[in-house]
Amino acid sequence: MTTSSRYKSRTPRSDYVGFATLPNQVHRKSVKKGFDFTLMVAGESGLGKSTLVNSLFLTDLHKDRKLLNAEERISQTVEITKHTVDIEEKGVKLKLTIVDTPGFGDAVNNTECWRPVTDYINLQFEQYFRDESGLNRKNIQDNRVHCCLYFIPPFGHGLRPVDIEFMKALQDKVNVVPLIAKADCLTPLEIKKLKERLREEIDKYGIKIYQFPDCDSDEDEEFKQQDRELKESTPFAVIGSNTVVEARGQRVRGRLYPWGIVEVENPSHCDFVKLRTMLIRTHMHDLKDITSDCHYENFRALCIQTMTSKMNADKRVESPIPILPLSTPDVETEKLIKMKDDEVSGCLKLNNALQQVLHNQDADVNR
Amino acid sequence: MASSDVARQPDKGVRPLSLAGHVGFDSLPDQLVNKSICQGFCFNILCIGETGIGKSTLMDTLFNTNFENFESSHFEPQVKLRAQTYDLQESNVRLRLTVVNTVGFGDQMNKQESYQPVVDYIDRQFESYLQEELKIKRSLHNYHDSRVHACLYFISPSGHSLKSLDLVTMKKLDSKVNIIPVIAKADTISKSELHKFKIKIMSELVSNGVQIYQFPLDDETVAKVNTTMNGHLPFAVVGSTEEVSVGNKMVKARQYPWGVVQVENENHCDFVKLREMLICVNMEDLREQTHTRHYELYRRCKLEEMGFKDTDPECKPVSLQQTYEAKRQEFLVELQKREDEMRQMFVQRVKEKEAELKDAERELQGRFEQLKRLHADEKAALEEKKRLFEDDQSSFSKRRAAAQLLQAQSLTANGKKDKDRKNSGFM
Repeated sequence: MTTSSRYKSRTPRSDYVGFATLPNQVHRKSVKKGFDFTLMVAGESGLGKSTLVNSLFLTDLHKDRKLLNAEERISQTVEITKHTVDIEEKGVKLKLTIVDTPGFGDAVNNTECWRPVTDYINLQFEQYFRDESGLNRKNIQDNRVHCCLYFIPPFGHGLRPVDIEFMKALQDKVNVVPLIAKADCLTPLEIKKLKERLREEIDKYGIKIYQFPDCDSDEDEEFKQQDRELKESTPFAVIGSNTVVEARGQRVRGRLYPWGIVEVENPSHCDFVKLRTMLIRTHMHDLKDITSDCHYENFRALCIQTMTSKMNADKRVESPIPILPLSTPDVETEKLIKMKDDEVSGCLKLNNALQQVLHNQDADVNR
Repeated sequence: MASSDVARQPDKGVRPLSLAGHVGFDSLPDQLVNKSICQGFCFNILCIGETGIGKSTLMDTLFNTNFENFESSHFEPQVKLRAQTYDLQESNVRLRLTVVNTVGFGDQMNKQESYQPVVDYIDRQFESYLQEELKIKRSLHNYHDSRVHACLYFISPSGHSLKSLDLVTMKKLDSKVNIIPVIAKADTISKSELHKFKIKIMSELVSNGVQIYQFPLDDETVAKVNTTMNGHLPFAVVGSTEEVSVGNKMVKARQYPWGVVQVENENHCDFVKLREMLICVNMEDLREQTHTRHYELYRRCKLEEMGFKDTDPECKPVSLQQTYEAKRQEFLVELQKREDEMRQMFVQRVKEKEAELKDAERELQGRFEQLKRLHADEKAALEEKKRLFEDDQSSFSKRRAAAQLLQAQSLTANGKKDKDRKNSGFM
C-alpha cells in the first residue's frame, strides 16, 4: 500500500512492482517542463506593492517606473500592466508574470474602478477557453491570473467601501488574498485588533477570499500546528523593502529608522515570511489548481450557457467552438412527453387491475 | 477685535516728541494682556483627514488631555463634521478650544463632493460672525468666535506624493482658512524617504497654486525660528497617548518590536516643532490672519454679492447707509413696477375672458335660433300632415255614412221583399 503524500524508497522484495517511483517521474517531468505563475497586485498607490513584489522574488521588477503627480491622478483611469520574468532556482524554472494595476483607487471618483481589472481577468479566461477548444492544443499559453494580492491600507479602522467592492467583484474570478500593507506603522496589539476586525468584516460582507486547504489528518503534529498558525494569522500584515541593512551582525532586508531596524524576514516583526511560505513554497500549486478547477470552470460554464441561449434565440449563428448541443426540451415536446407519461401510467394501472382479476380467478379456480 | 491697521503710517501733521522722564504708558501692553487674560482666549482647530489617520490621537497628544473620542466607521455615505468645545486652563490662562473633525472623509467611492461640507462649515462660521457684526444691537466682546483659526490637513504617508483628493480639497480651502499640512503616522517613513516626500509635497502644492499658512516673518523676535520651521513643512507627526518607559522616564511613545518611537524626540518626528509653532509661538497670529485676511475676504465677497460697493458709479465714496437707502428705494420701485405689471396682466386676462365668454354666448344663441327654426319647420310639416289626415278621415267618414245609408236602404228594400214573399207564401 503506498502512502498518499510521501514517497519512500523501498528495498527490493519479491512483490516489488515499481510504481512507487511515480512521484519521482512526475518530479522529473515537471522540472523539465517548467512552471508558470501569474500574480496580480492591486491596491492604492503608495502602499508598497512593488516593494513587496521585489522582496518576495528577490529581484527588481520595476526599474524605471514613472509615478504620476497628484493633479494628474485626479481623473485617472485604472491601467493594467504586465511584467514577465524568467527565474530559476535549483534547476526549477519559473515564468513569473506580475500584473499591476496602477491608478486603482487614485482618482477622486472611483466608482467602478475595478472594472478594468475584471475585464482583464475575463479576457485571459476567454483566451484560454478559445485555445482549449481549438484544434491545435499543443502550445497553450496559460495567462490566467492565479492569485490576486489585495493591499489594505493600515491607516484606517478596517475595510473601506472601495475594498469591499473590489473584493466582491473579484471573488468569483480569482483567488483573492488580502494583505495589510505597510505594517510597520502598527504596534503588535493594533495589528491583532485590525486582523480581527478585518476577518469579522470579511465574514459580515460575505467576501470569499482564498481559503487554505485543510491539511490531511495523517500529517504530523508539527505540520498541523504550522498550518493552524498560518490560518489564524490571516490577513497577513506585511512589510517590504528594497534595501539591505546591517542588523545584529547580519545583512538582512530591512528598513532603517532612527528608533530601530525593521527586518522584513523576522517573523516577530511582520508576516512576510508566512506570506512567502504560503504563496511560493507550499500553496503555489494549490492556487493554480483552484484557478483552473473552480474559477475557470465557472467562467466556462457561464460562457457556454450565454452562447447557447444566444444561439437558440438566433438559429443562424454558428458556434465558434465545438460544443455538444444542449438538449433543452421546448414546450411542445414537453407536453407530448407528459401526455405519453399519463398514457403509460394509465396502461400500467389497467395492467395491474387485470393481473389482480386474473389472480383472483386463478385462486377461485384452484379452490 | 476691530480691524486694526497693520503698520502705522507716519502722519504728515504730527511731529515726534522726546520725553523728559518716565510717563508710564509703556504699561499699555501689560494692561492689554491683563484684559485678555481676564477675558480668556478662544481657538478653533479644524482637522481634515481620512478615517483612522490619527486626528483625534494627535489632538489628545498636542493638548495633553483626553478629549472624548469615538471611532468612526468607514461607511458614512457623506462627509460630516463633528465639533466639540472644551475649556482648558494652563497657569492662569483660560482657553476655549473647539476641535472640529471630519467624519467619513475619503471613504466614499465618489469623492468629488467631499470638500463641500467642509467649505460650507467654514462659511457658516464666517456668516454668523458677519451677521453679528451687522446687527444693530451687537455684543462682539461677548460673542463666542467660532471661526476656524487653523486647519490641520492630514496627509497619508504613502511616500510618493499627495493624493488627488488632498490636492482638490486644499485648493478649495486655501483662501478660507490657514492650512497647515501634516504628514500623519510618520513612523512608517524612513528618514531618507521623508526628505524626498516633503520636497515632493511642497513642489506639488506650489505648482498647483495652493497657499498654505506660512509662519510670519515680520516680528524679529520670532522671525528666525519661524524661517527654519517654514523649511520643515509639512511636519511629519506621530501621536500617542500611551506612555512607555525609556531610560528612567516615562515618555509618550509607541512601542514596536524593533524599537520605541518617542513622540517628543525631535530626531524621531516633528511633533515638538508642530506644538511649538501651532500653540506656543503663532497661535495669536493664526487668529489674526483668520480675522484680517480670510474673514475680510469672505465679508467682501458676501457684501459685493448683495450689491454693496465702496464707491458709487461716479467714484465717490459711499457709506453703507446710503447704499442701504439706495437699495431700499430700488427695491420699492421694483415692487411698484411688479405690482403694476401684475395689475395690467390681471385686467388683460379679464378682458380676454370676457371676450371669450361673449363669443361663446353668441354661438350658443345662434344654435338656439337654428334649433328653434328646425323645430318650427317640423311642427309646420306635422300640422300639414295632421290636416291631410283629418281631411282623409272626414272623407272616409262621409263615405262610410253614405255606404251605411245605402246598406240600410237595401236592407229595408230586401226586408220588404222578404216580407212580401213571406206574406205571399202564407197565402
